[in-house]
Amino acid sequence: MASAADRLNITSQLEHLQSRHVGTGHPDATRHEWAVNIHRDSYASYVSHHPMAMYFAVANGESVGRMKYEFTQKMLLPCGLPPDLEEE
Amino acid sequence: MVHLYNLTLQKSSGINAAVYGNFSASKAQEIVVLRNKVVELLRPDESGRVQSVTSVEAFGIARSIATLRLAGANRDYLVLGSDSGRVVVLQFDKEKNAFVKVHQETYGKTGCRRIVPGQFLCADPKGRAICLGAVEKNKLVYVMNRDNEANLTISSPLEANKSHTIVFHMCALDCGLDNPIFAAIELDYGDADADPSGEAVAEAQKHLTYYELDLGLNHVVRKWSEPIDNGANHLIPVPGGSDGPGGVLVCCENFVIYRHQNHDEVRAVIPRRNSLAADRGVLIVSSASHRSKNSFFFLAQSEYGDIYKLTIDYSGETVSEVKVKYFDTIPPCVSLCVLKTGFLFAASEFGNHALYQFAGIGDDDAVESSSASLMETEEGYEPVFFDPRPLTNLYTIDTIDSLCPVLDMQAHNLTEEEMPQLYTLCGTGARSSLRILRQGIAMNELAMSPLPGQPNAIFTVKKSSSEEYDSYIIVSFLNATLVLSIGDTVSEVNDSGILGTTTTLQACLMSDESLLQIHPGGLRHIKADKRINEWRTPGRKQISKCTCNSKQVVIALTGGEVIYFELDSAGQLIEVEKLETSGDIACLDIGPVPEGALRNRFLAMGSYDGTVRVMSLNPDDCLQTLAVQALKGSAPSSLLVLQTAGTESTQGGLLLNVGMANGVLIRATIDQVSGQLSDMRMRFLGARAPKLVRTSVRGAPALVALSSRPWLGYSEKGTFVLAPISYVPLEEVCSFNSEQCPEGVVAISNQTLRIASIERLGENFNQTTVKLRYTPRAMSANPDTKMVALIESDQCTVPVGEREGPEATPADEAPETNDEDEEEAKMLPVEQFGAPKSSPGTWAACVRIVDPKEAKSTFVLELHKSEAALSLCHVFLTGPNELLLAVGTAVNLTFAPRNCDGGFIHLYRYGNDGRTLNLVHSTPTDGPVGALCGYKGHLLAGVNNSLRIYDYGKKKLLRKVENRNFPNFITTLHAAGDRIYVGDVQESIHYVKYKADEGSIYIFADDTKPRYITATLPLDYDTLAGADKFGNIFVNRLPKDVSEDMDDDPTGGKNIYSQGVLNGAPNKSETSAQTYIGETVCALTKGALQPGGIEIIMYGTFMGGIGCLLPFSSRSEIEFFTHLEMHMRQEAPSIVGRDHMAFRSYYAPVKNVIDGDLCEQFGALPADVQRRIAEEMDRTPGEILKKLEQVRSVAI
Repeated sequence: MASAADRLNITSQLEHLQSRHVGTGHPDATRHEWAVNIHRDSYASYVSHHPMAMYFAVANGESVGRMKYEFTQKMLLPCGLPPDLEEE
Repeated sequence: MVHLYNLTLQKSSGINAAVYGNFSASKAQEIVVLRNKVVELLRPDESGRVQSVTSVEAFGIARSIATLRLAGANRDYLVLGSDSGRVVVLQFDKEKNAFVKVHQETYGKTGCRRIVPGQFLCADPKGRAICLGAVEKNKLVYVMNRDNEANLTISSPLEANKSHTIVFHMCALDCGLDNPIFAAIELDYGDADADPSGEAVAEAQKHLTYYELDLGLNHVVRKWSEPIDNGANHLIPVPGGSDGPGGVLVCCENFVIYRHQNHDEVRAVIPRRNSLAADRGVLIVSSASHRSKNSFFFLAQSEYGDIYKLTIDYSGETVSEVKVKYFDTIPPCVSLCVLKTGFLFAASEFGNHALYQFAGIGDDDAVESSSASLMETEEGYEPVFFDPRPLTNLYTIDTIDSLCPVLDMQAHNLTEEEMPQLYTLCGTGARSSLRILRQGIAMNELAMSPLPGQPNAIFTVKKSSSEEYDSYIIVSFLNATLVLSIGDTVSEVNDSGILGTTTTLQACLMSDESLLQIHPGGLRHIKADKRINEWRTPGRKQISKCTCNSKQVVIALTGGEVIYFELDSAGQLIEVEKLETSGDIACLDIGPVPEGALRNRFLAMGSYDGTVRVMSLNPDDCLQTLAVQALKGSAPSSLLVLQTAGTESTQGGLLLNVGMANGVLIRATIDQVSGQLSDMRMRFLGARAPKLVRTSVRGAPALVALSSRPWLGYSEKGTFVLAPISYVPLEEVCSFNSEQCPEGVVAISNQTLRIASIERLGENFNQTTVKLRYTPRAMSANPDTKMVALIESDQCTVPVGEREGPEATPADEAPETNDEDEEEAKMLPVEQFGAPKSSPGTWAACVRIVDPKEAKSTFVLELHKSEAALSLCHVFLTGPNELLLAVGTAVNLTFAPRNCDGGFIHLYRYGNDGRTLNLVHSTPTDGPVGALCGYKGHLLAGVNNSLRIYDYGKKKLLRKVENRNFPNFITTLHAAGDRIYVGDVQESIHYVKYKADEGSIYIFADDTKPRYITATLPLDYDTLAGADKFGNIFVNRLPKDVSEDMDDDPTGGKNIYSQGVLNGAPNKSETSAQTYIGETVCALTKGALQPGGIEIIMYGTFMGGIGCLLPFSSRSEIEFFTHLEMHMRQEAPSIVGRDHMAFRSYYAPVKNVIDGDLCEQFGALPADVQRRIAEEMDRTPGEILKKLEQVRSVAI
């Protein structure tokens, strides 16, 4: 059995991890939180991998610079508004 | 199990970042470009041609780049941000001609991640600090300094993190000698995530934030953060300190705003094109700044390619006005670099890059907007309009070919040549092209003139050894010799002293400035003062073969007598030694006299009995045989002793090259001391006996071998490279140096004299370009008529027929200019300005037929009503019983989410000449037609996620069978027997069975990995190679038992496995090979690139690279390369600090693929490391190099 101190320690470690590494999950994560996180990761990956940004640019007939900007912009609200938790 | 060897044939030509600096010396005008996984140093030469100085494969993704110059230094360091989780500081080493790692600091996880810095990189202009930023949250600042020995030092990182913050751009402020400040455009999403009402999102505000590095306290503070326009995306630092007001120009959608702490914002609108729709913004995507002693300005380029000149009026630290003036239009760039010598290097997003020279600095009366005249109305700020115009302030000096992006590539031999050609779809929009690639180094032909009769030899001679350039071209005919003097023009002269009435075997300049002509009757020695000494052959004998350098002459007389002459100190040719041999001599060669030596020690001599001898020319054992080598199968026909240039790590060697009568070139190493021959290597060059000629490449000795096609052999980074030259077959060749053409060749081909030089060495392919009008999407070769059909489509583009103004003429229809004086790189309006934009979801598309022999389009058919052509294939249909062209389209297609108003399958019949198309009929479909494939007289079509089999009908195609069970969207289709191979856009390859008697198609196997398929290539009945959009290439194979069960079972396995496994098909295929290429791969093809060679898989990447995967033939070969790769991973660390194995396993563990690019770096390792690796592998370094060369020669 882990003692209370241990448990506290684990919680604080987890908290530390969560604050340090964006996207570290927690037991109460909602579906929306999870999706938002995945989408932000994806957009960041599209911006960082230049050939991927080019791939989208060719499909959309836009410039690569525009695509990277739009992807970064979409990181603000990647999956629509968060659900109202109190109503559920 | 397949084992593959991955080798880059042509490195990526696209650029993702570029920076200007002085790396090799102070004032050296140099540019470092990142080509995704390659770091390359470019330097424009005197004539303005951009030359590659060095290029390093990084084995990691290089994302961002900055230069760092310590105060008082005159050279720049290079700082790289990559996916390695490390920051790397490099310095260019001029001696090694390579980048040397100065510092490598680990800070985070590997990979291009959201919160791991590396995406943004900026360096303080005074060289005191660098800042790395991630897309979100994290920023790291390193303090740079120098120690007592003036070495660069790097501190531990200082963090400047802010959670929930997205970063759009970062830059380092110029603030003189005050504390370094880094500026960032930030957007906080913390509130937006927590607010379900949407108010927080609507109110989300971008901020401009200053991070100050306090050098005294050694920490970073968030000094200032102010809301800015929500369209902000790009920052340009303004000179500060004593040079200007400091602060930044914030480029926003439609605006440029000057911002600084304690300063009001100064806003100016960006002028917009008249033709631009009102709902479209103007976004700045790249910028460059220029500073001279007392002024500065900035160039900023919009997403449409328009460059604006930004200037600032200021007094003291107060900015009064910001002006934005239209400057010029060039294709959109990822980076612009202004060189101090008045050039602009433009690294295009897509297609060819260019170097421009400034013809003006925008002092004309072009449209200008200013913060002073900014008008605010109720609908916002009043826009300013302009029309783009032809280049006025810039003119093109050089264009650098780039295949980027390769959208499809197929190997076909449609022009009936020795080797298949690679048909490559490149570029986007108005700058699209079909490029026909032929293997070989391209030659740039400078002059061509007809000759009277058929020459049998050609020589170039200098007037004196001190001269830099050649003075005479000597052309020898059967019974005459022509001397041409090289000046501004090439003209015949008679005063050279050369005997004109006989054929010339050899002509050269001796070390005492005299001229030697060897003709069959003897030697004619023409002294500098035109006195002539003649030596005649004894009796009726004639000189049959001869060779000479500046001090030594060896001749062979008919009958086999060899006589050796040396030039003595008095300038007399003295007969030193004579040797009787048993038969005629086939060929002779001595290398040039080594610098500082009296003579060259070795004579190579080949006889018709099939032996090659190395003889000594030392006085004490003159004409004694040192080594004999018997050659199998054939007699030598040409010899060449080549002293290869050594690099710092590897010593240069003496190579004996033997051209054999059967077309093989043999290369052996001559021991510099004993003269013994070792390390023989053979290479088949062509149907004709290779004739070897000495030349030079980059100042180092090289050889040209003339067989059925010419080849060039030269040393590259310690290894000797033999590459074909893509040019007409040559009969005679000689090196040629002149002012216009340094390191060129003069050659004879079919009674014409040609002067040519080698274009950009290291490019393995020669391009022939056919211009297109929209982005090409797919192609298909007609096997009967040998024509290429291709489809082009572009979103947001006005179709060609509806365009107005100068852009109305598409690039493919422009009249050809034959005017030689006109600059070759002149752009058409539509190439310069880009195609006119329309709204998203509208498409322009066409179908085209290209004749590959003439490299011309023969037919173009525009599609209407916003149709996007997505797929095509040649299909033989039962009914009409002929080969038709099927084209799959979608109407009003939009992505993310994929949506369209249905699609069509158009069926075309070729005209009688096979050069035109006539529409047979169109079949509407309910979704986009992503893939088409001919199948046993039917047509297979992938429509959205359903696979259909169509039959030919009179009015339209008749749907026969359908399977709607594919996960997302079908992108590729192949068929063999009763199997159909379907590639899904997200879910890898599906193996499908067609049962004709039951009229059903069903999936019997699929892959366990989700792969975003872009291209597939069937290798055999059970095996497919595939590529995905993240840059992986893999080979997928059906297990043998599954494959057999399927074929043996009368029900085709349908009933046994009616139930699926893991939400998919009942059987699973296996990945038998997999590697990460690093770039999105959209093209896979196979073919043999060598005469009689094996078939290899070739791929084209989005960055414009071409690579290949070679299958290994034996177990021992696999083991050898596995070991070598393992050692190389240890000994050749990546320049960006990425672990090689981790890089190649980016998305899935690398399997059964050896990285040939890494193995080939063996040649560039220091000699002692090479020896150590070789010892551990129980080989010699020579054997390893030989093996590497062997495997490479399979491909190229």
